[in-house]
Amino acid sequence: MFGYYLDLALRSLKRNKVLTALMVIAIAVGIGASMTTLTVMHLLSGDPIPTRSATLFYPQVDPSPDPDPGHTHEAWDMMDYRSAMDLWAAHRADRQAMVASGSLRLTAPEVNQPPLMAQMLSTTSDFFPMFDVPFQYGGGWQPQDDQSRSRVAVISSDLNIKLFGGANSVGRTLRLKDNDVRIIGVLAPWRPSPQFYDVAGGRFSNGKTASFYNKPEDVFMPFSSSLDINASGTNIFTCWHVPDADTKIEDKPCVWVALWVQLDSAAKASNYRRFIADYAAQQKALGRLTHADNTTLRSLMQWLDFNQVVPSDVRLQTWLAFAFLLICLFNTVGLLLAKFLRRSGEIGVRRALGATQGAVLAQCLVEAGLIGLIGGIGGWLLTLLGLALIRQQPVEYADLLHLDSMMFLTTFVMAIVASLLAGAVPAWRASRVALGLQLKTL
Amino acid sequence: MIMEIRPIFASMRKHMIPATLIVLEIALACAVLCNAVFMISQRVSDIHLPNAIDEQSLVTVTLRGTDDKLAGSDVPRNLAALRGIAGVQSAAVISTLPLSTNNWGWSFGTKPESTITDQSTTNVSLFFVGPGIDKTLGLRVVQGRFFNDDDYANSSLGSAPLPETHAVVLTKSLVEKMWPGQPALGKTMYTTGHYYTVVGVMADVLRPNIGGQNYSTAFFPLGAAGSKGVQAYYVMHCDPQDRDRIVREAELKLATINPGAVAKGQTYSEIRTKYFANMSSMAWMLVLVCVVMLAVTAFGIVGLTSFWVNQRRRQIGVRRAVGATRGHIMRYFQTENFLLSTAGVVFGMALAFGINAYLMQHYELNRMPWYYLPCGAIALWVIGQLSVFGPARRAAAVPPVVATRSA
Repeated sequence: MFGYYLDLALRSLKRNKVLTALMVIAIAVGIGASMTTLTVMHLLSGDPIPTRSATLFYPQVDPSPDPDPGHTHEAWDMMDYRSAMDLWAAHRADRQAMVASGSLRLTAPEVNQPPLMAQMLSTTSDFFPMFDVPFQYGGGWQPQDDQSRSRVAVISSDLNIKLFGGANSVGRTLRLKDNDVRIIGVLAPWRPSPQFYDVAGGRFSNGKTASFYNKPEDVFMPFSSSLDINASGTNIFTCWHVPDADTKIEDKPCVWVALWVQLDSAAKASNYRRFIADYAAQQKALGRLTHADNTTLRSLMQWLDFNQVVPSDVRLQTWLAFAFLLICLFNTVGLLLAKFLRRSGEIGVRRALGATQGAVLAQCLVEAGLIGLIGGIGGWLLTLLGLALIRQQPVEYADLLHLDSMMFLTTFVMAIVASLLAGAVPAWRASRVALGLQLKTL
Repeated sequence: MIMEIRPIFASMRKHMIPATLIVLEIALACAVLCNAVFMISQRVSDIHLPNAIDEQSLVTVTLRGTDDKLAGSDVPRNLAALRGIAGVQSAAVISTLPLSTNNWGWSFGTKPESTITDQSTTNVSLFFVGPGIDKTLGLRVVQGRFFNDDDYANSSLGSAPLPETHAVVLTKSLVEKMWPGQPALGKTMYTTGHYYTVVGVMADVLRPNIGGQNYSTAFFPLGAAGSKGVQAYYVMHCDPQDRDRIVREAELKLATINPGAVAKGQTYSEIRTKYFANMSSMAWMLVLVCVVMLAVTAFGIVGLTSFWVNQRRRQIGVRRAVGATRGHIMRYFQTENFLLSTAGVVFGMALAFGINAYLMQHYELNRMPWYYLPCGAIALWVIGQLSVFGPARRAAAVPPVVATRSA
């Protein structure tokens, strides 16, 4: 029966090509617009590290000293060096890494290229295993390198291609400012979306969060030795006092260090939560912290949510695209109604020859579904076009965009479901055609 | 006209589904159209925000990775070299530029006890400027004076993010925000440990990042010797037609005399275009959505009305047979469409303002001005009338003889 309906539907679509084209175009445009924005949304709001995200946490304590009545009870997005260092050095989590970012001048002495400003991540040895960072050559550094302030570095695949043409550069030298540093590892291409370990300050960004989708830094160095080299170029989140002249960065009244911890079970997470609360209470007793009750431990996904990582423009576009799809659907409802009811006579004959209302309904829905399928193909092509257009835009996440298999399937499912929904009222209306009246008019 | 409305309502009641569909389609189109046009207008006005510097005559080279301790001798040497380039009318250093996205902000209050964490303080973007910057940028000082040699000589940057000086020049908008309705010259702004007295007020210069207070910009004097190398932007003023050549020459010159550093040249127009590139592509996307949406709505109305005309061929025939002219039939369908559009516009406006209220809460949009209501209504009435014209003419062409055929 389905095959027969399909045949009928094809004939009917061919009979009025303009009307068919209008409906297909409406569905294709609506699906194209909404799938383009939905794909962007899907890629930007996804889990940057699906295998690990459930066990990664972001502890925070509040170093702000002001017993301020207007205090918002939300700790700053990063920690001061002392708090972060204490928590890290306690080694109470399965793995833990401090991170801070900065920029500095970089050259490779053996390579004849002009100097460039590179982004550097200061971190500790657990960073690479904890975040499952893939290596192409060599590997990360060891805990003793953090202790002994080793002048070693891991570089990104991009930087390795730029400086060394992609060859194995382990053992070669980088000059960072005026210091020679030995390369011990080269990353394989690694592009988490968003660049989650640097996310902070989303709530102060007015929704302009596209920079969270930047590429990872080009140089990774042990926290201790990177401060020896580039304390002045390290990014500071904010300060609660103006630092005195020539205070070392470690002692500045500023927040600039983030700590990530891996906690493999819920029990460990609740233990760790208690640990940071105890730590804050103890520091309050020592007179260093004021807001001891203000500690949090968010999971990675909670932290991304808190920072509203998806740029507000992208969310707005998604809303707009779905409103647009809705308009296209109403349009299709109207056109399908016109199409089905124009065939009232034909339907009357079928009904008189014994077709049930359900059969007529099914026939109409098959036709609507077929339009959806064709519209879906158009929508898929338009989605590819839309993504290609966004890839041309100067946005940080442009290179991330592609249509994965899940979104490919969603395109067609959505097109067919949308057209069936659009076809429901017209099909129902067509199946209720008054039999006698139609036969009389033939 | 009044006489014709009653039969139209009667007919609509018999054809609830198509009538409802047209109303819904127009309502949705109206709601989305108003909001989309409003968003476009907001973006366009952002893109054209005025900025009181000579944008078209400015060229800049950023020099990074220099030795902070040598800034006192390096900066004057570099500036002298840049002034030697043919066509450079003046050159100066500054720590950041409007719309460069390179922002250093700090909050100041108007009372001595103000701290950075106070709620009542104003967040301000700090620009640390070197001698000659007023002439180079083409700043307009509207009250008081710009910095003199003593100001530059007596200012330095500790390790602090704030300069050790007591002179500041603010924009007109910023002084209006901090001391509304009061003369600003001689007023002092405070933060813990530092205070600055307003020596001059300048025309509105944009911040490095806009959003919220676009003109909360403060200029502080900073001589090269005490600058710790934060003044990484070398700015040059020149004739607009020389810009491209001067960018190349200045970049090359700075790279040559500072072999260890990284020099990158841009014209100021490029900085501005780059800042708004994303915004303008969003605006174009919205325009595209509006156009396609209106087209889809129009085709939908054409399709539905044609169907409706076909369904009522016999009735039209009867009316024609009993004496209605073609004009009567045309007017009937046009009036019908006008009524449906009106209903759609009424619903659509309610929806439009509802969506706007939601977006205001979640996306920092402003309230939609009232005149979007009549403009949106007129736009959709026009579209409705245009799309009904074809089907209505076909309806008017139905000959009276149809009435006599079958049933």
